[in-house]
Parts: sequence; C-alpha cells; structure tokens
Amino acid sequence: MDNKQYIRILKQVVVILKAAIFSLILLLVLVMDMGYNLLKKEFNNDRTVAAERVEAPEIVNGVHVRTGLVEGEGLDLVIQNCTTCHSSKLITQNRMTKTGWQSTIQWMQETQNLWDLGDQEAPIINYLAANYAPQKKGRRARLENIEWYEME
Amino acid sequence: MSSSRRQFIKKSTLAAFSGIIGAPIVFGKWLPKDYIPLILDQNDFHNKFSKDPAMVVLNDKPWNAEAQAHILDDKVTPASRMFVRNNGLIPQDIQTDQWTLTIDGESALTTKTYTLADLKSFPKHTYQLTLECGGNGRNEFDPPAKGNQWSIGAVSCASWGGVRLSDLLKDVGVKEDAIYVGYYGKDMHLSGSPDKNPISRGVPISKAMMEETLIAYEMNGEDIPLVHGFPLRLVAGGWPASASGKWLHRLSIRNKVHDGAKMEGSSYRVPCEPVAPGEKVLDENMCIIESMPVKSLITYPKSGAMLGTKKSLAIRGHAWAGELNVSVVHYSIDFGVTWQKCELQAAANRLAWQHWSGNVSFPKDGYYEIWARATDSEGNMQPMLVPGWNPKGYLNNACHRIAIKVG
Ligand code: HEC
Repeated sequence: MDNKQYIRILKQVVVILKAAIFSLILLLVLVMDMGYNLLKKEFNNDRTVAAERVEAPEIVNGVHVRTGLVEGEGLDLVIQNCTTCHSSKLITQNRMTKTGWQSTIQWMQETQNLWDLGDQEAPIINYLAANYAPQKKGRRARLENIEWYEME
Repeated sequence: MSSSRRQFIKKSTLAAFSGIIGAPIVFGKWLPKDYIPLILDQNDFHNKFSKDPAMVVLNDKPWNAEAQAHILDDKVTPASRMFVRNNGLIPQDIQTDQWTLTIDGESALTTKTYTLADLKSFPKHTYQLTLECGGNGRNEFDPPAKGNQWSIGAVSCASWGGVRLSDLLKDVGVKEDAIYVGYYGKDMHLSGSPDKNPISRGVPISKAMMEETLIAYEMNGEDIPLVHGFPLRLVAGGWPASASGKWLHRLSIRNKVHDGAKMEGSSYRVPCEPVAPGEKVLDENMCIIESMPVKSLITYPKSGAMLGTKKSLAIRGHAWAGELNVSVVHYSIDFGVTWQKCELQAAANRLAWQHWSGNVSFPKDGYYEIWARATDSEGNMQPMLVPGWNPKGYLNNACHRIAIKVG
C-alpha cells in the first residue's frame, strides 16, 4: 500500500464518519423533540384537569357533578362506558337488581351497539346494583311533594 | 386529602388519555359534525324547543320530557306543552325541498317516492289525535320497570293535518297478503352508527287503513316542530305514540308483523297473559300493545290548591280511551267510597280526547284528594291501584288525583 492509496482510504473513512455523526445528531434531535411533545401533552392534560377542578368540583355531597351519578367504587368506569351514547339520566332514573342491570347491559350489547365490557363489566354491575337498587313502592304511593298554594 | 387529589389527577389523566385514544376510534367517524356531545343544561331544552318552563326533562340525550297535569289544560295541546319521547338523535340540516317519502315492501304492488309537494297534492285531512307514550305512568310500577320514568305527562292531543295513509297505500297498491306497515325515520341511533335505526315500528294494515291515520305535515296548523318529527310524521291516534314515527322518510308494506327496531323483545309489549309482579316473561309470551287503555287527567286546578273559606270547587280535565270512546267520567273526594258523575263532552272526532268538568262540594274543612275515573264505551274503568305489572312498565292507567285543602 503506497501513501496515496492510504490517504484516499482515510478520506473515505472520514466522509463515512461525518455522515454517521450527522445522522446520529438528527436522530437525537428527533427523539428529543418527540419526548418534549409528549411531556408537554402530559403537562397540559394535568393543567386542564386541575383547572376544571377549580371551576366545577367533580364530587359534591357524594354526587358526581357533571353526571349526577352517586360517588362509589366503579364510578369512573360507569362514566367512561355508560355516558357516551345517552346521558347518565337514563341510569339515575332507574332502579334495578343485579340481574336487572346485567340483562339491561346484555340487551344493549345485543341490540344497541354496546361493546364488550370485558373485566370491567363486574365492577360496573356492582356499582349499579349497589347504588341504584330497587326500593319498595307498594301498589300506589301517597301524593308527595305537594306545592301548596292559595287559590283566589 | 392531598394524596387522594393526586390520585384523582392521575386517574383523570388516564381517563383523558383513554378518551383521546378510545373514544374517537369508536365514535369519531360517526359523530355528526356539529353535534356537540355536551351535557346540556336543562334550560336548553325549553329554549331550544320553545317549551313551557313547567315541562320536566327526564333525559337530555336523547331528549325525553313530559308535561305536568296542570299545563295540559288546553283543549288542543300546544306544541310548547307536548311531551317528547325521542329514541335517538334529532336529524340535522333538514332540506324540505329534498325530503321524500318512499313506500315499498313485500306487499306493495309498486314502489313510489313522493316529495312533500306531491303529498300536499292529495286531499288534506285534519284530526285531533291523542298520542300517549306506552310508558306513561311507568314510575309507579313495583318492582320498578326500566326506561324513562314517566309520571302522568306523556300524553297530548294536538290537531294533526296531512294526507290519509290509506290514500297513499291505495296509490301504491297493496297486495292481499299485507299485514303491517313499518316506518323508518331519519333520526340517528345513539351509538352514531348509520346502519342502525333508533326505532322503526308501525301499525297493522287495518289501523293503517283507518281514515284518521295520517301522514302529517302539520301540527296545530303549522309545520310540525322539529322535535316532534318535522317535516313528516306518521300519526296513529289512540295507539302508543311510538307507533307514530317521526322524521318519516320510508314506509314498508310488510307481509308479516314489521320486525324493525323496538318491535321485538319486551319493547312496547306486555305479557299476553297476566303475570305476578317481577316475574320473568319469555319474549314469545309478550304481545304488542295496540289500542291504549281508558284514562283521564285532572288539568284544573293544579294539585295543592288551598281553598280558604270556600267549600266548592270547579274541576275539569280530559279523558281518552284509545280506539274507544269515553262513556262517563266520575270523581271521588272520599277515596272511592262515593263517586259523582261529571259533565262529559263528545270528542271533536274519533281518537281525540274528551273534555269533562265537575263541581265539587266539600262537606267540611280538611285535607282532600280528588280522584277522577273514566269509563270507556265497553264498560272498562280506570283502576284506583296501579294495574297489572309488566316487565317494561307500560299501560299504567290508574286514576289521577290531586290534593286540596279546605279551611
Ligand atoms: C353504544 C351505545 C350505548 C352505550 C355505550 C350504553 N348504552 Fe344504555 N342504551 C343505549 C340505547 C340506544 C338505549 C335506548 C335509549 C332509549 O330508548 O331512549 C339505552 C338504554 C339504557 C337504559 C334504559 C333501558 C330501557 O329498557 O329503556 C339504561 C338503564 C341504560 N341504557 C344503561 C346503560 C349503562 C349502565 C351503560 C354502561 C354499561 C350504558 N347504558 C351504555 C345505548 C347505549
């Protein structure tokens, strides 16, 4: 190997090295940017949640403010799975036994496009059965909440 | 406190993420562009649909709201006091010049499509028609029946104008094997799926052929309000109001009982044979509700009147009986021990509610309940107790009552 050949090879190696370093820096910048964006998203999410909380407290006197659902184990799952198609008023109006809630969910799955709830189904049904259970009404309830007024 | 708060924020972040990732995939493509999925304030209902402030909202998505007895005092129910039972989302951006009604089906001799102008070229007929939700009174059943918990206000009697369905059926031609007419509306299923109907019911061919069964384009002399089915509604008076399809764009003449959404299972059906409260009933033992039962309302005065020194009171209201007439209305101020007969007017037309009135005298000071009881032309009376339990809580026609204090 003469000197000329040696220098040519060296030059080629330098070019390859330059390219490699440049690519590496580019990759690094890209990765950092992505990371930063993700961080920013996380930060913003926390910020909006915190802001919402200041404006409208989520739970007041044991009731979730936006939906009117009772506070309890499984509330989050119910809000996520049960208030997209219809409002929570369809839940809060109703009183059912565990099997009643179960068959209502099954009816929605068979006929109304409700998705498979997987292992969230049990905690959802437990929440509903615990907080929206039937009460005895009898064959005819007495008149209630009468607003008395004087008649001219 | 602070740890539970931190946990809360973490949970919410998770929920927000699952929202970002999950919800748009499931629903995004189906959500109508300008449908705002916010939990709307109750007042929105009254402003948005020009409703009386005394209307009670049961559900804001889909819209379900009922009247109270005292705002149903009008002889002809104004739009502002008419109950709303929606099963899906109200159609958006309705273009009346492009709206059509197509009549097809196995038992149709031809398939025809009519524009609104075409429909208005048929003879116009106007009837006052009683529409009551099959589930009106559901909130009294024990064990409770699921669905919107209607009390007494899911009933109306407006004046409907339009073309007779029978005229259209004759125009299309009906085969001899026709059994049912099923409707399709433009409302959207709550899941946002365009291939699903929120509700698609109808009536047997015999009811479809009745002269009062209309394809209505007017209510109380004006365009039908959006929330009540603009621009076109099938109106079958005296039957559960779910038989009267809103935002109508298609009718199918079927050679079998229509099998659309909410025709099957326990929807708008009751046990063919009476069952014990809470009993499980198989689908095949459930029968479709047809004519609604006899019922009445005391619309004046509003419950809770304190009469002071007066010992008499004029009362009034309406009574209706599905396909039948009301033959008599009574009231009682002693929980059914004695009944007094009321004045009763004839109906404006078949299937319209009838107006009744009475003059009550109170023997002494005290707390009273006035109960009203209508009897139909076949002798059926309203029960004082909640009638036969059924899984979905339909057909509660128990007597309406109001509270009064004298002295
Ligand atoms: C994919 C859409 C969808 C989701 C998600 C959904 N539902 Fe429903 N649900 C419906 C529809 C459609 C109806 C019928 C609405 C109506 O008739 O007004 C309904 C009706 C109901 C009713 C009344 C039942 C009746 O017989 O009238 C209850 C109670 C109910 N839903 C509870 C729930 C609960 C609890 C969840 C969560 C597990 C849930 N829904 C999630 C679509 C859905």
